[in-house]
Amino acid sequence: MSATISGITAAPDLGEVLPPRKARGRVGMFIHRHPTIFVGGLLLSIILCIGIFAPFLGTVDPTALAPARRTRPPPDIFAWTGYWLGLDKKPPAVQFLFGSDMLGRDVYSRVLYGTQISLLVGFSVAVVASVIGMFIGLTSGFIRSVDTVVMRVMDGLQSIPGILLAIALMALTRASVQNVIAAIAVTQIPPVARLVRSVVLTLREQPYVEAAVAAGTRMPMIILKHILPNTLAPVSVQATFICASAMLTEATLSFIGAGTPPIIPSWGNIMAEGRALWQVKPYIVFFPAAFLSVTVLAVNLLGDGLRDALDPRLAKRI
Amino acid sequence: MSTTMKPLLEVNALKKHFPLKGGLFGGKRGNVYAVDGVSFAISKGETLSLVGESGCGKSTVGKAILRLFPITDGEVFLDGERIDNVSAAKLRPMRRRVQVVFQDPFSSLNPRQRVRDIIAEPILNFESGLSSSQIDDRVAALMDKVRLPRDAMRRWPHEFSGGQRQRIGIARALAPGSDLIICDEAVSALDVSVKAQIINLLSDLQDELGLALLFISHDLAIVEHLTHRVAVMYLGKIVEVADRGTLFATPHHPYTRALLSAVPVPDPTAPRNRIILKGDVPSPINPPSGCRFHTRCPFVFDRCRSEEPQLRKVATGAMSACHLDEVPSIA
Repeated sequence: MSATISGITAAPDLGEVLPPRKARGRVGMFIHRHPTIFVGGLLLSIILCIGIFAPFLGTVDPTALAPARRTRPPPDIFAWTGYWLGLDKKPPAVQFLFGSDMLGRDVYSRVLYGTQISLLVGFSVAVVASVIGMFIGLTSGFIRSVDTVVMRVMDGLQSIPGILLAIALMALTRASVQNVIAAIAVTQIPPVARLVRSVVLTLREQPYVEAAVAAGTRMPMIILKHILPNTLAPVSVQATFICASAMLTEATLSFIGAGTPPIIPSWGNIMAEGRALWQVKPYIVFFPAAFLSVTVLAVNLLGDGLRDALDPRLAKRI
Repeated sequence: MSTTMKPLLEVNALKKHFPLKGGLFGGKRGNVYAVDGVSFAISKGETLSLVGESGCGKSTVGKAILRLFPITDGEVFLDGERIDNVSAAKLRPMRRRVQVVFQDPFSSLNPRQRVRDIIAEPILNFESGLSSSQIDDRVAALMDKVRLPRDAMRRWPHEFSGGQRQRIGIARALAPGSDLIICDEAVSALDVSVKAQIINLLSDLQDELGLALLFISHDLAIVEHLTHRVAVMYLGKIVEVADRGTLFATPHHPYTRALLSAVPVPDPTAPRNRIILKGDVPSPINPPSGCRFHTRCPFVFDRCRSEEPQLRKVATGAMSACHLDEVPSIA
């Protein structure tokens, strides 16, 4: 065939040139590829466990009053350090891990039970807003006559700041967790509906949808098989962000007294009650605020990771 | 190839005008005359190619036949039955006979369906009561026909190359037992070698199954390899229809000649007589009066600007729409 060319050595085996691939298991691979999903998911599952197992984590009745033990501070780190170092003989007395508020209620128990309210509101709003938003988005994406009317209504809803709309809706109804969920969901429906509508409008022009029409597939089947599965990824990403913003809105509503009834220990309520003592007893506000921040951060991390993982342009499924 | 047979598909004076909407209240501002009076017929087992520049309305003709949108005017017959104005319910059984293969092998397959479900979809649409294993058998037979490995059934579209995806698309088009496949630029997005494989596959399938093909393309070099007849479109109209041999040997319409002169010849020493057309294709929103090609035609004369030429027979198996054909001495 061809003459041998002198001076050219055979290419080295790729195994010698490239650094050896790190052996990773399935879980290791997943963490390596989607670190934000892992961190967000881990944080969120810890918080979820705290919420679910709140009654078993050394809590007392979060509404139990103890006027004699008002505003007890959390354990003094310095006193404990002294005890551990052997400077003090007696361990410092621990009554309230996170301190107690101005009515003597245990902040630790209140914050842990508050987790339940926040997660309940966050998840419920995400589910309700996504389902209703998807329905509206699909309808207006497919039926042009509905589209004009529905989208103008959505424009109208979006022109009112979400928190203001939620306050207005709460003012119309009685304070309860269900009403808070409904009021926040109303403010979150328009973005989902718009998102789904825009996805539907691009999907229905896709050649595979046209091919399905040409192949005689009926409309309900096209929606179910070709449109819906392709809207789930963007909607689930949107849902995580709704979840985070719903938890913040719930806390805000409670803080200004327009949300969860004050008898229920939600994070917003705890902060609202601690507000007056903020300068002297900051721990009453600090602990629920820290929990809220970490939870919202976890959900947002999860959403960011999901968006990257579900974006087909970035997908590296093997 | 015989023209005496009753045509499988007949398109008669097909028009598709897209309304141009604009302004604050979405008022109609005009029309895009995408397809403006196109007639042709395809017999069973025949390939008709529809060629022209991009934007001339080729794909619109294909989609109009598939009734992906309602047409503005004209008639479409399948086996002598009108299909352009029947109700959706009546149209459905007809859909079985006309299928489509699209240009982009990446967007023409649903990324969230497995290959088996993609190919099985048209079968399930028209036949009920098939067991899962019967469907598997049917899909496997189709995959053999398009020369895909059987283990591809359980895999996702993104695991395949462009050529393989196009084979999946062809298998889907064959699935309901179709008589006519509209190939809308079906090979334009593929590499040259893959293009040749798909072209060969299509002509093998045509011989094997007696398929008719409407091959929509902008590439005359490809068309020459598999077509029986060619229709040349310019700005929503057919300017020339001829048998392959006639068209490539003696093109009549000046536009066809310009198109043919643009086909690259794989011989650098061959004498070439390129006809370079001046200017761009005029807008289909406001097409030129008279002959639509008069703004770019090298042989334009007064009559072309006022009077629209009709398709008339210029040779055996060749029709052209040009005023020059009446005075053969000039042409």
